[in-house]
Amino acid sequence: MFFTYLRRELRRRRKAAVVVALGLALGIGLVITVASVSTGMRDAQDEVLHSLYGVGTDLTVTKEKAEAEEGGAKPQRFSIGGGADGEDTKRTDDNLMPLGGFENLDDSVVDQVRQQDGVAAAVGALALTDMQFKGEFKPGEIKQDQPEPGEKPKERRMFVGGGGADVDVDSFTVTGVDVTESGVGPLSSSKISGGSGFTASDTNALKAVVDSAYAKDKDLQVGDTVTIKGKKFEVSGIATADTGASVSNVYIPLKRAQDLADVDMKGKVSTVYVKADSSDDIGAVKSAIDKNVDGATVTSSADLAEQVSGNLSTASDLANNIGKWLSIAVLIAAFLVAGLLTMSAVSRRVREFGTLKAVGWRSGRVVRQVMGEAFVNGIIGGALGIALGVGGAWLVSTVAPTLTATTGGEQGGPGGGPGPIGKALRSANESVEIALHAPVTLDVIVLAVVLAAAGGIIAGCFGGWRAARLRPADALRRVE
Amino acid sequence: MYRLSGVSKRYRRGKQTIDALDGIDLTIDQGDKLVVQGPTGGGKSTLLQMLGGLDKPTAGSVELDGTDLAKLSEARLTKVRASTIGFVFQSWNLIPTLNARENVEAALVPLGVRAKERRRRAAGALESVGLGERLTHLPSELSGGQQQRVAIARAIVKEPKVLLADEPTGNLDEDMRDEIMAVLESLWRERGLTFVMVTHDSSIARKAPRLAVIRKGHIKVSENTRA
Repeated sequence: MFFTYLRRELRRRRKAAVVVALGLALGIGLVITVASVSTGMRDAQDEVLHSLYGVGTDLTVTKEKAEAEEGGAKPQRFSIGGGADGEDTKRTDDNLMPLGGFENLDDSVVDQVRQQDGVAAAVGALALTDMQFKGEFKPGEIKQDQPEPGEKPKERRMFVGGGGADVDVDSFTVTGVDVTESGVGPLSSSKISGGSGFTASDTNALKAVVDSAYAKDKDLQVGDTVTIKGKKFEVSGIATADTGASVSNVYIPLKRAQDLADVDMKGKVSTVYVKADSSDDIGAVKSAIDKNVDGATVTSSADLAEQVSGNLSTASDLANNIGKWLSIAVLIAAFLVAGLLTMSAVSRRVREFGTLKAVGWRSGRVVRQVMGEAFVNGIIGGALGIALGVGGAWLVSTVAPTLTATTGGEQGGPGGGPGPIGKALRSANESVEIALHAPVTLDVIVLAVVLAAAGGIIAGCFGGWRAARLRPADALRRVE
Repeated sequence: MYRLSGVSKRYRRGKQTIDALDGIDLTIDQGDKLVVQGPTGGGKSTLLQMLGGLDKPTAGSVELDGTDLAKLSEARLTKVRASTIGFVFQSWNLIPTLNARENVEAALVPLGVRAKERRRRAAGALESVGLGERLTHLPSELSGGQQQRVAIARAIVKEPKVLLADEPTGNLDEDMRDEIMAVLESLWRERGLTFVMVTHDSSIARKAPRLAVIRKGHIKVSENTRA
């Protein structure tokens, strides 16, 4: 009887049922779409941070350089070796310099960081720039002014003329990585797409992993060699950055990088990459390192996220703020409309419910009937809402608008340094483009079902409350 | 069966107080047929609601088989209505979305009768009022007289002791009225029901063995020896 009555009533009041269901569907659909877009935004942001930061890296530790001396910072110097008179004027020079702007850290800091509570792993990395000059340097010749014909001899002027250079300059970034720990560090944001990565036994090996974009540009393949500071490194692997820009063009074992640098970099690193025991510990670990490691600048992905701008950031704010509140407002409105329509439907059925109570139906049974109808309405609305929401999310994913995340600025800011974060933050307007997808997760579907049920129950409560208060005598008297 | 002592019912309508019933004493024996007449607003329907446990008196007692309905909880009253009292209303009050058999079944739902048994009894009740061929018709597919027969079947399907009818022929033409009255009359006689009916129809009232007239909340009962 319950289901027969319920089914027939819903069919009889089709219009009202459709209005209630559509209202709920709109609210629930909006919630699903906004939640999916928010998830997509979060994924996009994670992807951006991931590309800048590296999977497995929760924090980086760098050290900012002390204030520049009066007159500005000293420019980086490099030298090109000259030859004696009569020597070959062709020259090849290779300078391997640390990236400027930040002080290097003793690798004892890595151990110090590793010993902090909540730290799962910590490794050091050294970021360098290799600048190679190859070409002909033609020295100038000392010349003297010659008198014009018929001119009176005078004091002759001496000058240097005829010199010049025809030089190719090749510059690329080299990062020395800790080969004993692959889960954290600058290479963790890349996948080895060809060959193999480093193993713990490669500490002193002449092996290099080359970024795929750089390898393509220089036509490098596994088994080829790259020359760094005169040393030939065999390309053992090609690394493809998961998203956006890679951390470095070439990766070599840390010890090799320290040994080869033009300035004394033995026992030095430029960035310490830290992985916390759990994401909940990141704040505490950051505080501990800040407190216990002198002069350290600790940057978390949250710090980096704050510096991510561009339309990804704007869209994310939009989805998280306006979208969220709009969904809540529409949902509340839908619940209210559903409730009021259900109450109104009960008011129109006063005689019906009064009669049922007169023939012996308990109030509870009448309320159950009303609640059941409202609940089914809610479920229908939920199903429509899920379809609407999935459709909306699909539309967003199909259109897949490209969002741009811009990081950094000239000032670098906290957390800069020679590492990936420094790279991101120092490079003004460095952008990563991400196509927005709006994944509909199981959580969101469950949320929709819960909302639909809640909508139905709330509407049913409105109607049930009205039905429960009906006294049969009043109901029948009103008919008269 | 029924013993009403000093029953009063007072309503408040805004600032006005209305005495629908004013100290009524009445006895109705098992198997009695009582027809209630009176002007509109005189208290007829209020009396019927008191007898049916649909409302409680402001003062006095309404005893049904020794139980004072005025003192019962709403849940107990609902139980009494479900098992003992059948109602027939002027406007039939059928559930428009349920067919004839389902409308009759609705009276058996609160008694916990199983679905199969409900269907069987509902079909039997409809058969007894001459609607055995109209089981699956919706109220909108039935004439006024047929709808009232469905309402009567709903009232008797639970085999009540009491049948209360509030102007059951009020919305029917003369032919239909006679038809419905014939059905009610035969049910009363065959089943030994206690039958109380409110009507405006004097031709029906003239045939009643007992006639109660209610005016301004007061009742006057007369016996009709010719009926």
